[in-house]
Amino acid sequence: MIAVIDYKAGNLTSVVKALDYLGAKEIVVTQAPEVVRTADKIVLPGVGHFQSTQLLQDLGLTDAVRESVAKGTWFLGICVGLQWLFEGSTEAPDTSGLGHFAGMCERFPARFEGAELKSPHVGWNSLEQVREDSKLLRGVEDAGFVYYTHSWRAPLVKDTVAATNYGGGFTAAVERENVMGVQFHPEKSSAVGLQVLKNFLEL
Amino acid sequence: MLTKRIIACLDVRGGRVVKGVQFVDIVDAGDPAELAHRHAAAGADEIVLLDITATHERRGTLLETVKRAAAKLFVPFTVGGGIRSAEDAAAVFNAGADKVSINSSAIARPELIGEIGGSFGAQAVIVAIDARRGTAGVEDAEVYVSGGRKTTGRSVVEWAREAEERGAGEILLTSMDTDGMRSGFDCELTAAVSSAVQIPVIASGGAGSAAHFAEVFGRGRADAALAASIFHFGVTDSRELKAELQRSGVSVRLPC
Repeated sequence: MIAVIDYKAGNLTSVVKALDYLGAKEIVVTQAPEVVRTADKIVLPGVGHFQSTQLLQDLGLTDAVRESVAKGTWFLGICVGLQWLFEGSTEAPDTSGLGHFAGMCERFPARFEGAELKSPHVGWNSLEQVREDSKLLRGVEDAGFVYYTHSWRAPLVKDTVAATNYGGGFTAAVERENVMGVQFHPEKSSAVGLQVLKNFLEL
Repeated sequence: MLTKRIIACLDVRGGRVVKGVQFVDIVDAGDPAELAHRHAAAGADEIVLLDITATHERRGTLLETVKRAAAKLFVPFTVGGGIRSAEDAAAVFNAGADKVSINSSAIARPELIGEIGGSFGAQAVIVAIDARRGTAGVEDAEVYVSGGRKTTGRSVVEWAREAEERGAGEILLTSMDTDGMRSGFDCELTAAVSSAVQIPVIASGGAGSAAHFAEVFGRGRADAALAASIFHFGVTDSRELKAELQRSGVSVRLPC
């Protein structure tokens, strides 16, 4: 069973639709910690404000996810779902992330290399330095395009498996053993995105 | 590198795709779901569906169309037309849209922008502006509503700024002066709006050749551009258009 966590951060329809299209069996959209604890795979989607992840803590989902990933359950965070895997975000300094990866998410700078930088970062950008040992990005090549829409970003860390450049490099995808995240929207990233989701389903 | 987006737009009326010239003269161009898939397969970066005649009574037809189109669409999908409340928007999102485009309803009640953004995120709200230049040119450009039938007396640049402040994620700027003419975008007006806001600006109205797109991405400072009639009748497709843009130095999503 795949638990798609609903924490009222945006629209889950597209993610569920894409998983369904790829033949995923038993997708359960849930807010219940006991469902998360018994899932084989967990997906944490989400667009919007980092503050909304506070609900995960309040509903006991943070503990449920922590226990599940400790026993090896596959986990995929998308967009704010990836950011939540880090320590936190300057977008909502009082709300902590899971802290599975080190570092804070920060806003894009207003200027980069002397030029004005538009924010949010919206549109199709390329994946760089794709790591060959990544399970999530199997079959995804350097310079493959994916769709982004966000104003905060996670730093590059040692578990970064792909980077994207916009006002400097940031983590496009992160992965350590069973815990993975993507800043882009695989459900909206055409063939490249579907490949990523397919890889996750086949784990 | 962040690429410039090519967005295929489907103007829908009574469940069929149509295309007008300067907002009138409607021509039938096919089934929305079928065309949405065809455009995505042909390399469009996004699909926009605008129901130009949406009314409360006909909302069911629109939602059914959205559902059908969204079923196998894995690029961003925007829906506009007749969205007057956060509930209307929620119904469209539940049917499979990723973003909504609001126009007259945002002018009538600007709080709507924040209401939809509050529940679904700012990235899900596109404020569409139909603009017509006044006698003094760009500075005088005014916002029109109700499918271009009524002027509001509001300045285009000021309204774009307000929309951004109220939490719009993107601006879709249509020049009524160039719409359907295939003689090029209004680059001057697009640049004025793009310089006034931080959020992405989608240029619309007037696409007729690849050179027009290169112009609006350059001089017009647009982040994305929208075309409808240029694609429907097989004039060109997005992939062909993007290949030509790449040759003239514009970064685009290729291969796609």
